[in-house]
Amino acid sequence: MLTYIIRRVLYSIPVLVATSFLIFTFVSITGDPLGRLRTNPAITREELHSIEHSKRLDRPVIVRYGYWVRDAVTKEFGTTLFGNQKIWPELKRVMWHTVQFIGSAIIISVLFGIAIGVYSALRQYSLFDYTATTLSFIGFATPVFWLALMMQVLMVQVFLKWHIRIFYTSGLSSPVNAGHGFHFFIDRVQHLALPVLALCALSIATYSRYMRASMLEVLNSDFVRTARAKGLLERRVVMRHAFRNALIPLVTVVALDFGALFAGAIVTETIFTLDGMGFYFINALEASDPYPVMAWLMVVATMVILFNLIADILYGVFDPRIRYD
Amino acid sequence: MTERSVHDPTLAVAPPGADVSVQPSLPGDPSELTYQYGLEVQARSQWAYARRRFMRHRLALGSLIILLAIFGCGLFANFIAPYTYRQINLQALSQAPSAKHIFGTDSAGRDSFSRVLYGIRTSARVGVLVGVLSTVIGTIIGGLAGFYGGWIDNLLMRLTDLFLTLPLLAVLLVAAKYLGHSTPLKLALLLAFLIWTSIARIVRGSFLSLREKEYVEAARAAGAGDLRIMIRHMLPNTVGPIVVAATLTIGTAILLEAVLSFLGFGIEPPTPALGALLNEGQDQGLDKWWLVTFPGVIIVVIVLCINFVGDGLRDALDPTQRRIRA
Repeated sequence: MLTYIIRRVLYSIPVLVATSFLIFTFVSITGDPLGRLRTNPAITREELHSIEHSKRLDRPVIVRYGYWVRDAVTKEFGTTLFGNQKIWPELKRVMWHTVQFIGSAIIISVLFGIAIGVYSALRQYSLFDYTATTLSFIGFATPVFWLALMMQVLMVQVFLKWHIRIFYTSGLSSPVNAGHGFHFFIDRVQHLALPVLALCALSIATYSRYMRASMLEVLNSDFVRTARAKGLLERRVVMRHAFRNALIPLVTVVALDFGALFAGAIVTETIFTLDGMGFYFINALEASDPYPVMAWLMVVATMVILFNLIADILYGVFDPRIRYD
Repeated sequence: MTERSVHDPTLAVAPPGADVSVQPSLPGDPSELTYQYGLEVQARSQWAYARRRFMRHRLALGSLIILLAIFGCGLFANFIAPYTYRQINLQALSQAPSAKHIFGTDSAGRDSFSRVLYGIRTSARVGVLVGVLSTVIGTIIGGLAGFYGGWIDNLLMRLTDLFLTLPLLAVLLVAAKYLGHSTPLKLALLLAFLIWTSIARIVRGSFLSLREKEYVEAARAAGAGDLRIMIRHMLPNTVGPIVVAATLTIGTAILLEAVLSFLGFGIEPPTPALGALLNEGQDQGLDKWWLVTFPGVIIVVIVLCINFVGDGLRDALDPTQRRIRA
């Protein structure tokens, strides 16, 4: 087991290096950061050349990659191309918001996904099962951004009609009177509720389908029949024998879904103007600044690799049948 | 020769009274031949079986009809739409849905229903183009990777592994930003270029196992070349999964087109696309609920139908794969 973990960690190092190279070349060749300056008649060619030279944009990609890696390691991703602002402090600040956002989304979707999936499997072909199935199919077809928009529309209609504000449709907290302690928490919940719900919908649909299939498979297996045959209470059969085994495949599903949640965060944070990583990414992209974009992709890729690593290890812990050799 | 034809077992099947000598002059259709002998057996091709299985899948059949209707409305938008997509009516600014404008109007007085119809046309065009392109690219590269293995295979697998670590949407956004003002064709090329890998993986997996089949060995023994084996023997046996994946890819492409256009990195405003319409709707204020509701509902219905059709095709074309039915 330990050798497996070590081997797995060592394997992710070349993956990370390859990813960093891919990110750098991809972002470099797909964008000319000085494009907007080039079309500006007020900037002379000499000025452009001096900018290019000072930012090392006139060097070959591979050389620039070397400089970028050096900056990323020793100077925490260096500075932005425009305005020379440090990238890492800003990225770290918005990351904390996104961790709250995505974290609560994962917890809620896992809890609801498991509950719905298990109940659907236990009451297969019941009204509940059919409703859950229909809803999850609709969930697969619904774009996250549209769901978010519809929630906003609903809140706006409610507000126009009855003048009550249940949830806020933009921002992380109220600009004034955000309050302290408990009030701050309630305010944050009122702001995060809609974006989290929009982000969760697709994940709940996915997890509940997987959980249902996995639970059905386990319920039809021999050891569950044995447990029933030796006269265990149905409750105990379901909870101790079936449920715990059905949970195992979900670990991989959740881990693989992690990257998709970041994609969802880009969309939801933009719509709800949440000051998080997704919003940061869109802003950097719109400013044609390559370095924050690269830093963002690198941080997300690292997180995804880390999450898959943890999932692999957890899988081995939960399922002793898995052999590592 | 004559002795053998007397003992021919096929003659024994002929009912008494049937004139065997007529046999050569019968029309070539084998089904008529069997009817002639009173056998209630009709020859059916694999496609006929697949069609029957698909037709039995009510949900898939219904979805296909709805989907064709929606795409048809988009295709014939210039005949169906009551107005053009840029016809401004200053007498009817930001009107809620009414009998005259069933989807309402936007802040420039343009009829939302007409714009949605033209939007369907753009989005469907992008979706189908991406479906075709990524299927062709994915099948060729996946087929080569699965058949030959080696460096193509390694490259393909590592490439898809790497793309798994990055959110697809982020990669698409960076690339779309580079393309700038997108036409539907440019956007379709971009999407196809980035999502062919899923089809390539499917074809690769299938070719990898088909390569070891006896009939491939037999074809090789008969002197067939690599290309002939791949196209004549392996590809027809992979058609099922490819068709299913291609169908689902159209849905994915429509969703991705919508989100890119919505974020302002896809199709630019003068061309109506479903995502771009939602972007405009959001800009004009969320109190005008009709501007963001209808295009979105259309997207959901299209993608839902595509998913059900894909499900039906899977059941029809790949009967060996028993799925847990919902």
